[in-house]
Amino acid sequence: MKEKTHRKIHWGHGVIVVILALIMIITLYPFLYTFSNSVSDPMATIRNEVYFWPKGFQLNTYKQVLQTKSFLTSYANTIWYTVVGTAVSTAVIFMASYPLSRKEFFLRKQLNTLFIITMYFSGGMVPLFIVVNRLGLYDSRWSIILPVAANVYYMIICRSFMDDIPDSMIESAKLDGANDLQILKNLILGVSKPVIAVLVLFNAVGYWNTYFNAVLYLPSTKLQPLQIYLNKLLVNNSVKGGGNAVGQMGLDASLNIHQFKYAAIMVTILPIICVYPFVQKYFVKGVMIGAVKG
Amino acid sequence: MKKTINLIKRDRYLLLLVLPAFLLILLFNYIPMGGLLMAFENYSTKKGIFGSEFVGLENFKQFFSSIFAFRVIKNTFLLSFLNLLWGFPIPIIFALMLNELKNGPFKKVVQTVSYLPHFVSTVVIIGMMISMFDPNFGLVNVLRAKLGLDSIAFMSDASWFRTLFVGSEVWQNFGWNSIIYIAAIAGISQDLYEAAKIDGANRFQLAMKITLPSLVPTILTLFILNCGWMFSLGFEKVILMYSPGTYAVSDIISTYVYRKGILGADFGYATAIGLFNSLINVVILLSVNKISKKVKGVSIF
Repeated sequence: MKEKTHRKIHWGHGVIVVILALIMIITLYPFLYTFSNSVSDPMATIRNEVYFWPKGFQLNTYKQVLQTKSFLTSYANTIWYTVVGTAVSTAVIFMASYPLSRKEFFLRKQLNTLFIITMYFSGGMVPLFIVVNRLGLYDSRWSIILPVAANVYYMIICRSFMDDIPDSMIESAKLDGANDLQILKNLILGVSKPVIAVLVLFNAVGYWNTYFNAVLYLPSTKLQPLQIYLNKLLVNNSVKGGGNAVGQMGLDASLNIHQFKYAAIMVTILPIICVYPFVQKYFVKGVMIGAVKG
Repeated sequence: MKKTINLIKRDRYLLLLVLPAFLLILLFNYIPMGGLLMAFENYSTKKGIFGSEFVGLENFKQFFSSIFAFRVIKNTFLLSFLNLLWGFPIPIIFALMLNELKNGPFKKVVQTVSYLPHFVSTVVIIGMMISMFDPNFGLVNVLRAKLGLDSIAFMSDASWFRTLFVGSEVWQNFGWNSIIYIAAIAGISQDLYEAAKIDGANRFQLAMKITLPSLVPTILTLFILNCGWMFSLGFEKVILMYSPGTYAVSDIISTYVYRKGILGADFGYATAIGLFNSLINVVILLSVNKISKKVKGVSIF
């Protein structure tokens, strides 16, 4: 009898391992498919022969992508949005989180409530669009950053982290004559490194992937981020088999547009795929801190 | 009064620190809320929000009497519902399955891989879908052709829209959404398992009788949150995925607002529909919160 249950468990365990392995393959497959097609022999890609591993090998398509001026412009724009946006957002959130976590701050409760309401109720797309316009941010780089900079969810994550810093630490610094700015700079900043890493990474991914705000606020091609470029390349021209992409986007007419698309996708997600395995623990940490009090 | 001034003086640095965030939230969250007045106006850009003609509930009447109202409300509800139906339980099942693995490299790799798609942009996800489901070159149709099946234009076929939308949503987020459950499972006391093992429970019984019940508070809390965000879900993705050919099933409230308000510049009308959407959100959130408070004593407020 005992042996029978044992065998049953073993069998169930095997099934779970197989299912999880399958899930992993399904998760990775679209990326592998894109990669393999981007580096394969152009003829193999055109004939739809590439299903799994690359057939043949070339990096010419990548060379072409990296020589396309419109692509590089949008890539540079996205780098700008990511660097400046992450810096601004992280600074704003970090600075605001400290007062919101100080129990003696006389507006703490009111401001927390005021901020949290915005997570559940908003004026909607049209009023925000009009406000951004009236502020003169339409077709300006700041329209991508300022409306989303004070992210309340990230503020809750940061504030929850600071809630756990012992009061005695801050009290004793105050007794030594330090003011709140000095405490934040000399004390809190040092112990908050893990949560700052979380903020930087969440914000960086958000800005790297920014799309819809640019659709709303950035009509000028020279300011548009990578995701807009990609969308024009991938979505809008797909039905016409890519013929239009070549003309509209000033691409070299001789290139293999399908492979060009695959390579453009790879170059776009490369920074995320390369950095991701090393920093994923911070993302997980961020979710955990947010979950406790969110 | 004097007390307030003293408090301001005492907390001046704290006020200074919170000021940038306060201003940004005021500008980009609260002033637009004031802009909701437009919902009750025949808004004209020239006359502005205080000069435009007040029309009461006219915009709402116009919306509810149009043929689009039922369609976009139904589509919003159905897409959100299907998303919740598939997207909510799968991360829980995934976390339970992961829990059956011993800690080791395989478990770590599965976890790391499962979070990855969450960080990829919607544009890229849709782009990869377009290439894989392309009627001529797409992998799916190439395989169908080998089996002697007809090619299907998946992305422009209305009957496939919901399946593709929800399927890709689950694919992108199941791993990420499982993080909280994995952590909650790690926090369950080992004593419970030991006691049950002495009573002769097998692993399946342990998962069903101990792990799953211990997750109930987490599950309920996340369920409330998901309901609250239900009607704002995946808007960017719909914009990227839909086409006039699939509007019958893909056009949701917020995409309709975008086309009417931003593209059509019918500001008052679109604001009214947006307000209606926000109100549904709040009502659903508060009701689910109240119900779960009564039933299980779990709430987020």
